[in-house]
Amino acid sequence: MTSVLQVEGLSASYRKNKVLDNATFTVKPGTLTAIVGPNGAGKSTLLKTILELHPSLEGSVSFFGAPYVKVKSRVGYVPQRGSVDWDFPTDALDVVLMGLYGRIGWLRRPGKKHREQAMQALREMGMEEYASRQISQLSGGQQQRVFLARALVMDADLYLLDEPLAGVDAATEKAIMATLDLLKSRGKTVLVVHHDLQTVEDYFDHVLLLNRTVIAHGPTAETFTESQVHRAYGGTLRWKGVASG
Amino acid sequence: MSYAGWILLTASLVGVSCGLVGTLLILRRMAMMADAISHTVLLGIVTAFLVTRELSGIHMLIGSVAAGLLTTLLVQWLHSLGVQQEASIGVVFTSFFALGVVLISTQAGNAHLDIQHTLMGEITFIPWEKSTLPLLGEVPEAVVTLSIVLIIVLIAIIAFYKEWKITSFDPALALSLGIPAGLMHYAFMGLVSITTVASFDAVGAIMVVAMLITPAASAYLWTDRLAVMMALSGAFGILSAVFGYYIALWLDTSISGSMAFATGVVFMFSFIVSPKHGILAKRLRPTTSSI
Amino acid sequence: MMIAGLSHNAQWVLLGTLILGTAAGIIGCFAYWKRQSLMSDALSHASLPGVIIGFALVGSKNLPVMLAGAAAGALLGALLIHWIRSSSRIKEDAAMGIVLSVFFGFGIMLLTMVNRMAGAAQSGLDSFIFGQAASMVQRDVWLMSGLALLVLIVSIVAFKEWKLFLFDSAFAKGLGLSGRLMNALYMFCLVLVIVVGIQAVGVILMAALLITPAVSARYWTDSFGRMVILSAVFGGVSGAVGTVLSAYGSGWPTGPFIVLSAAALFVISLAFGARKGIVIQAVQQHRLRKELMKPKHERRAAEGGNAI
Repeated sequence: MTSVLQVEGLSASYRKNKVLDNATFTVKPGTLTAIVGPNGAGKSTLLKTILELHPSLEGSVSFFGAPYVKVKSRVGYVPQRGSVDWDFPTDALDVVLMGLYGRIGWLRRPGKKHREQAMQALREMGMEEYASRQISQLSGGQQQRVFLARALVMDADLYLLDEPLAGVDAATEKAIMATLDLLKSRGKTVLVVHHDLQTVEDYFDHVLLLNRTVIAHGPTAETFTESQVHRAYGGTLRWKGVASG
Repeated sequence: MSYAGWILLTASLVGVSCGLVGTLLILRRMAMMADAISHTVLLGIVTAFLVTRELSGIHMLIGSVAAGLLTTLLVQWLHSLGVQQEASIGVVFTSFFALGVVLISTQAGNAHLDIQHTLMGEITFIPWEKSTLPLLGEVPEAVVTLSIVLIIVLIAIIAFYKEWKITSFDPALALSLGIPAGLMHYAFMGLVSITTVASFDAVGAIMVVAMLITPAASAYLWTDRLAVMMALSGAFGILSAVFGYYIALWLDTSISGSMAFATGVVFMFSFIVSPKHGILAKRLRPTTSSI
Repeated sequence: MMIAGLSHNAQWVLLGTLILGTAAGIIGCFAYWKRQSLMSDALSHASLPGVIIGFALVGSKNLPVMLAGAAAGALLGALLIHWIRSSSRIKEDAAMGIVLSVFFGFGIMLLTMVNRMAGAAQSGLDSFIFGQAASMVQRDVWLMSGLALLVLIVSIVAFKEWKLFLFDSAFAKGLGLSGRLMNALYMFCLVLVIVVGIQAVGVILMAALLITPAVSARYWTDSFGRMVILSAVFGGVSGAVGTVLSAYGSGWPTGPFIVLSAAALFVISLAFGARKGIVIQAVQQHRLRKELMKPKHERRAAEGGNAI
């Protein structure tokens, strides 16, 4: 079985601190993986470094056995909701359309076909009626759903999501997880930075415990054990107690 | 065309170009970068003059685009060395501007370049410096330059509209889609530089900042659509230019100063009465979220 | 006064710009840690209309009134920036740009009118744009130095409070240090330095004297106290050197020379600064690369106890 994503000895630093050290793991196709670890464990940095948005010190990454530049269109990235300015003068449909910009190409405008695709993605996220709503007037959960719709429309084979469930309401959480399951059932691979330890077992079939380096990685049932989690969190955590932030 | 007609046309061209570019400046949170570039353009102009010993449009254009890009690079570089973004902007542009002023006052003293000019522009002289064009007859040089720059700006914005939009809104996503956000950044700074230098003659170093930022900020208060915001911003630019010109006539004072003041009046008006984001509307509506 | 051996008046001016530079260096550090470097630029531009109105009210060059006008203009600018930012979707950078350019434009409008009525030569108002230290008389220097000394004293006396406030204002509040009071005091000092500086350095470049020495000092030390002292020294030296340089040509503006002196110190710091200078950085990078080249187990061993 070929790997969807292979990371070898990846290291990265942030303001002189090495936040990612020699991370090595392989993601199998059709899995839904949670990346879990304490604050400052380098979860977001890991995603950004994999996607070359953050420089790596050493190590290599390959997607579908090829370097990132060759397969960009097969990889979909969903940044943290807080990473953009929601006052930007645009509406929900337009944000979803942005997911198609790479495919539309230079000097061309989105056409009717693209618009319909974007609308369909909004529909799947239950956001159809908000299509023409200015994005700052959406709730946090709705904004996250717009981001998810944008990922859907990209029609990638591998998705990397940075904290999609942070600060969203219960309904949105359910909608997002249903979407991720749907993606998985379509044979896509999904990697999610996740912060809520309590829901890991319910939501994900694989888990990657990270604390500057990969502590453990594998099927949830085998990997997400008390001793492993303690190793990742350094014993500061009550097992399955209050969720760590 | 009459004397006043040419001045109004010149000022309107400045207003439209700056308004369009300014919209993206605001959305990319680079208003102060525009302030920096408008100052460093002076160094580019002075250097071009000292090297070639003539005040020709093309030399000045090259000099100032080079100065603008150098500013951008230096700010980025200092920031990457750990200096706060704001502070790096501040260090770079004040140093360049000081160097420009020192060069003018020690080297180029008697030339057409003087400090007054760089600060306030010389819009009153613009109708006199004409060149002859086929079909159109005699047209002031500044009008020709500004029209060319406006066309460049329009083409750049229309052709790459969706790329500007996505790199302004979500550069990380843009990169992951294969749109070179970094390259777009430098291209944009180049656009800011040529707009600034073309407007420089007419309104000077600091008033061009008013034209770049204020109409766009006003437009931002009226609409939630990017295309509408650009159109409005251009329109506010023209409005401020015309309004400012008549204030200057009435009070017999600096035309460029009055135009900058007029952009402020348009902004204050928008800030207070805009139905969408004005403070009056906010007061009258209890809270948006409770509806 | 063009040639070596400065006149009596010029010596006074030199003292004035030295003290001014020192005060600006200190407050500049505060502004740096409040991340308000460009705020100082906006406020110094915003002080121009105040100066002109001050002049127009009295009808002659009366420095205290003009400085009061400048302070009023700068404070109004600060209030407007805060108001625009907090009650609309417009972000701080745009709010600063608006206030900076519109106030300055308004100032130029007024300046042109006043110059037409009073005669440019008489008013000497043009010197407020780029700074003309030579235009200062002994009384101006006294006033300037007095105000700058006041700022110096305020910053030295409450030094540890400043430090706490700048580093962690929430924690400072917990200790009973009023955030509102400190903010007001900070704004007061910032405006005072700007107002004191505009005659010598000019409204356009005043911000450089607040920004550049602080950034330069950052390259030498990680201690806040030492950074403030160094920044004060850099500011003072820039003020003095720039004043002397500008005195060598008739009518040369002082501000740009002061700013260039500060810029020269900055370039030196950038290259050779002990903490983050490029030279030091290059040496460290070289070492790090060597370290990375070592086989992995050796590196682990070297890290020793740091491993999990």
